[in-house]
Amino acid sequence: MIAGARAILRKDLLIELRTKESVPAMVLFSVTVYVLFHFGLDRDSLDGELASGVLWVTLLLAAVIGVTRLFAAEREQGGIDGLLLAPVDRTSLFVAKAAALFVFLTAVELVAVPAFALLLLGPGLGGALPELFVILALANLGVAAVGALVAALAAETRARELIVPLLLLPLLVPLLIACAQATEPLLRQDAGPEELGRWLSLLSLYDVVFVLLSIAVFDFLLED
Amino acid sequence: MAAIELERLERRYGERVALADVSVRLDEGQTLAVLGGNGAGKTTLLRVLAGLLRPHAGRARVLGAELPAERWKLPAQVGYLGHEPLLYRELSGRENLRYHARLHGVGDERVDELLAAVGMAQRADDPVRDLSKGLVQRLAAARAVLHDPALLLLDEPRANLDPAAAELLEPLIGRASGRTRVLVSHDVEGALGESDVSIGLRDGRPAAVGRELYR
Repeated sequence: MIAGARAILRKDLLIELRTKESVPAMVLFSVTVYVLFHFGLDRDSLDGELASGVLWVTLLLAAVIGVTRLFAAEREQGGIDGLLLAPVDRTSLFVAKAAALFVFLTAVELVAVPAFALLLLGPGLGGALPELFVILALANLGVAAVGALVAALAAETRARELIVPLLLLPLLVPLLIACAQATEPLLRQDAGPEELGRWLSLLSLYDVVFVLLSIAVFDFLLED
Repeated sequence: MAAIELERLERRYGERVALADVSVRLDEGQTLAVLGGNGAGKTTLLRVLAGLLRPHAGRARVLGAELPAERWKLPAQVGYLGHEPLLYRELSGRENLRYHARLHGVGDERVDELLAAVGMAQRADDPVRDLSKGLVQRLAAARAVLHDPALLLLDEPRANLDPAAAELLEPLIGRASGRTRVLVSHDVEGALGESDVSIGLRDGRPAAVGRELYR
C-alpha cells in the first residue's frame, strides 16, 4: 500500500510543480481576499473572533480550489483508468490524494498566513505561532481527508465546480468552528489560549472520524 | 484452458443497451478479433473485460476471475491499450513509465528495456505533451506491457503508427508476443488475418463478421 501511495503522491507533486495550477491559484485567492477585507472593512487591524473568522473562512474557501483540481490530471488525461488498471488498492489512492492536498494547503498557508498578519493583524502573530502551527496542521489533516473524499466523489461528474463546494463546505463546518474558536484567543490582544486544549481535542476527533470514514467509503468511490 | 468466457453478456448505459447477448470463448494464447462500426460496443466490451465496467447481466470470466466480483484479480494480469494513452502530458515518457512500474511493483530496468524496445530511448526524457501521436502510442504500448500481462486488450493499437513503428511493436503487442489478445480493429482483413476467433458487433449485439458491419 505504501509504495503505491508514494508513487501517486510523487506523481501529483511533480505535476503540480510543473503545471503550477493549484497552489498558486489558492495563494492568489487567499491573498486577494485578505486584501479585499483590508479595504472592505477599512481597518488595519482586526482581533479576536473577527480576525479568526476572516482567517479560517478564507483558508477553507481557498481549499475548495485545491479540492476541485485534486483529480484534474486523472480526469483530463485518462489517469483514473490508469489507476483502476493498476494493482493498487483504493486506500493507497486516498492516502496519496489526501497527502497531496495536505502539502498544497501547507504551501498555501506559508504565504497566506503571513499575508493575513501583514494586512489584517496590527501587532502580528508574535508568540501565538507555535499554537497556530498545531491548529493549522490539525485543520489541514481534516480538510485533506474530507477533501480527498469529496474530490473522488465529484471526479467523474460534469458539475464538479458546483458539487465540490456544496458537499465540502457543510462537512467542514465543525472544523471551521473548532479552528475559529481555537484561534480566537490567540488573536485577542488581551487574553491567552485558555480553551485551546478543548478545541484541539475536537479538531483531533474530527480528523480521526473523517480519516476513518474516508478510508471506509473510498473503496466504493470511482466505481463504475 | 479458457482465458475468456462470456455468456449472454449485457451492459447498459442508463436505458441504452451497449452490449447484449454477447457470448464468446477464447483459449489461452489465442487472439480474439472484435469488429464493428463506430458505436457498435467494441470499446465497451474491452472495458468490461478489463474490469473497468460492470456487466449488468450474463456471465463474464476472465483469466479465472468472475466479473465483477473478482475484478481485483485482473490488474496484475491484464494490459490495456485503449484510445487514451493513460500517460500524463506534463511528465516525460520515462517518468510516466516509472510511475506505472511502481504501481505494478516493477523495477526501473524494465522501463529502460521497454523504452529501447519501442525506439524511444532518445526521446524518453521529453514531456509527453511534446511528442507526436505516434510516439505517444509507442509509450502507451510500453505501458500496457510493462508488467508482462497474460492478457492484452487492444483498441486500435496501430492507430497513429507508421509501418516501421507497427513492426517495432509487433514483439510486444502483436501475435509474436505469445499473449492472449483481444483486438479491436476497423481493419477487417488485417484483424481476421491475425486472430483465431472473431466476433462482429452491431448496435451492441453479435452480428455476422463482414463488410455489412460497417453499413
